[in-house]
Amino acid sequence: MTAKVSKKGINWFDFLYKYGTLITIVILIVFFGVATDNFLTSNNITSILRSISITTIIAIGLTLSLAVGGFDLSVGSTASLANAVVISMFVWHSQNMLVSILVVLVLCALVGIINGFLVTSFKIQDMLMTLATMFVIQGVAQTYTRGATISQNMIMPSGDYAPGSIPALFGQLGKAPWIIIIMFVAVILVHLLLTHTKYGRYMYMIGGNSEAAKLSGIPVRKYRFIAYVLAALFAGIGGMILAARVMTAEVNAGAPYLMDAVAAAFIGFSVLGSGKPNAFGTFVGAVLIGILSNGLIMMSVPYFAMDIVKGAVLALALGITYYKRKH
Amino acid sequence: MKANGQVKLEMKEISIAFPGVQALSGVNFQMQSGTSHALIGANGAGKSTLMKVLAGAYDHYTGTIELDGEPLQIRKPKDAKDSGIQIVYQEVDMLLVPNLSVAENILLERLVHDSKDKTWVKWRKIHRDAAAIMQQIGFTLPTGKLVQELTLAEKQLVLIARAISKECKFLILDEPTAPLSDSETSRLFALIERLKKEGVGIIFISHRLPELFQICDDITILRDGKLVISAPINTMDQHQVTQHMLGTQLGGQFPQRTPSIGELAFEAEQIADDDKVHGVSLKVHKGEIVGIAGLVGAGKTELCRILFGAAPKKRGSVRMHGKALQYRTPHEAVAGGLAMIPEERRREGIFVDEIVGVNLTVANLTPHTSMKLWLNKTKERIAANSMIVKLGIKTPSEKTMVANLSGGNQQKIAIGKWLLADAELYIFDEPTKGVDVGAKRDIYNLIAELAAQGKSVIFASSETNEMIGITDRMYVMYDGKVAKELVTDQTNEEEIMFYSTGGQA
Repeated sequence: MTAKVSKKGINWFDFLYKYGTLITIVILIVFFGVATDNFLTSNNITSILRSISITTIIAIGLTLSLAVGGFDLSVGSTASLANAVVISMFVWHSQNMLVSILVVLVLCALVGIINGFLVTSFKIQDMLMTLATMFVIQGVAQTYTRGATISQNMIMPSGDYAPGSIPALFGQLGKAPWIIIIMFVAVILVHLLLTHTKYGRYMYMIGGNSEAAKLSGIPVRKYRFIAYVLAALFAGIGGMILAARVMTAEVNAGAPYLMDAVAAAFIGFSVLGSGKPNAFGTFVGAVLIGILSNGLIMMSVPYFAMDIVKGAVLALALGITYYKRKH
Repeated sequence: MKANGQVKLEMKEISIAFPGVQALSGVNFQMQSGTSHALIGANGAGKSTLMKVLAGAYDHYTGTIELDGEPLQIRKPKDAKDSGIQIVYQEVDMLLVPNLSVAENILLERLVHDSKDKTWVKWRKIHRDAAAIMQQIGFTLPTGKLVQELTLAEKQLVLIARAISKECKFLILDEPTAPLSDSETSRLFALIERLKKEGVGIIFISHRLPELFQICDDITILRDGKLVISAPINTMDQHQVTQHMLGTQLGGQFPQRTPSIGELAFEAEQIADDDKVHGVSLKVHKGEIVGIAGLVGAGKTELCRILFGAAPKKRGSVRMHGKALQYRTPHEAVAGGLAMIPEERRREGIFVDEIVGVNLTVANLTPHTSMKLWLNKTKERIAANSMIVKLGIKTPSEKTMVANLSGGNQQKIAIGKWLLADAELYIFDEPTKGVDVGAKRDIYNLIAELAAQGKSVIFASSETNEMIGITDRMYVMYDGKVAKELVTDQTNEEEIMFYSTGGQA
């Protein structure tokens, strides 16, 4: 039926639904490019990509949990934990880079296993279950750092300076181009996984109708489990990149990234009319938020007013996605 | 509740249509208060629709409803209630507020409608009134208990209490005994006797014939939306009732097949979940279509789900070709060579927001990949298109959203995904439910073809004509047990219906 309607003329709603987000980005680029002097410089573009990379990496993990019909609210806390642990491995325990990163990845995998176990074992909504683990992980991270910032040359409880230092190579991960490369690798890997492998197909089927997926012989529990482990791992990578970028571990440093990641992933639903969580869309969502923040700052909109715009964009994207779903 | 003289309820020439179906055509129904009246018919005969008309659930019917010769205007539920007609629907959970107390649920309508200018709730009065009503029906429930903590039987009592808390001349009970145990049923019957003595007319819808003979005075039988007969129940026996329910059916839509039944393939022994299924054993041979007959609620769907690993089994064992099969999930059952087409198509069988092609390959994706990992869209498209042709799925292309197809075509897709998966035992649970005649014939042909290829088929359905038309042998279920095993060539619909409704030879 819809096919007949669209033959009669361009269906404007469908067109906007498909390309609205991308058109918005283009309009914003043109607008900021005209309105400000140095928005379109290569330095600023790099700066935008750098600013969205941590959000994107965390949001990519979140996207995987959304793909199986879940919702991992604990990714921000997991990033905080990874941030704190990786810095402490360097500063407190004088470990080398390989050991430090491995320890963090194992730890994050453990977080994912706990999340996966909880959401697949109890009939509690994923969002509520991971809200609980969000607090627990946040608390664990704070307890571990004793509620303080970890940095090089910090004074330990014994009165000495902290023995270790952060390797310069690790610091490079937080700078362009590496931080941007890591982001693109994460986006491309998850895009390939979700849209071009059978595992991704299974994950979408579970997200679309988990009962039908189960009765089609898909091991639903296993894939939901894996999605949460991957979400935690990406959150951990995001947290480590954050550590590499700021070279300290502030209290709850990962928490602010949660909401941006959620916004990016949900804006991503509407990109190219996919109507479901997808890696490319999540990236576009993060770009949209990044351009808005960057451009508005250049136009001297105060940073504290930024959330108004961010929220409005999210409301618009969600409105379009869910309006479409109903019709 | 009033216990004055007898009142006569009459429904005259009731007709109602829904898109695509004439649900009732010119049905007459009458009864006296203080009597109990059985209303029965096969699935889709229109008994629930008739009672919903009486209860004011529809406003687009034609015909009249009279009380002692006075016409009643019943177009909405409140009209019926104000006339003293109360109904207790089958789906108790939809009518109760689980996180409120028993007392609040009994007096729900009073709390909602009659408290317009009262600000404060008088809790003591509410609990006192509710307890009084419970006492009236001869049961005790703590009025402060939350409804979500009640058993199904107790929830039903709350609804009956709610019904008689207002003026009640006629009480409609829609399948009230389906969820009840034997002792709960006998307590319900005692309550019905008491209400009758108090002058309430009871309309009793049930599939269980023996209990109708136990407590009803009169019986009305519907078939295909028409009245068949209305008479005192003691003028009939159970065989006559089943004959009236079935009538003569049209044949011709089932495929002609010459079954070639091979060795024993699938065996299940003493399957039980201790809830809806109580120790079912069955055998299926290669090339054989084995029916699971029985009415709605007999445990057919639950049995199918257990056999497929979709619902937990408490007891029992399963063997395929003599070897024990161990599985706890459908995933493992599929690996063991099983496939199931579930009853609730939209919720369980298909992915409405995905395209036809994706739906068809979901149960067996690996052959449509490269290196067992990367999706191969070309292979998928070829497989999907060949299945579309083979099953005669009416779709513009394999890229069409399944949500846009008709029920029959959706069902073909739910079946088609398992044909691509190539199983050994196919379990069909009500595969023709909500499917048009043409698609039905296609589905029957498909099942016959599976059997001809030497596959084993379990075919669960509450339609007795399907049992006769397509199966080789059948197990008739009643109350979660196999009431009778029948060979199709040596039986008829009356016999199936007889055992389905609790008849004992």
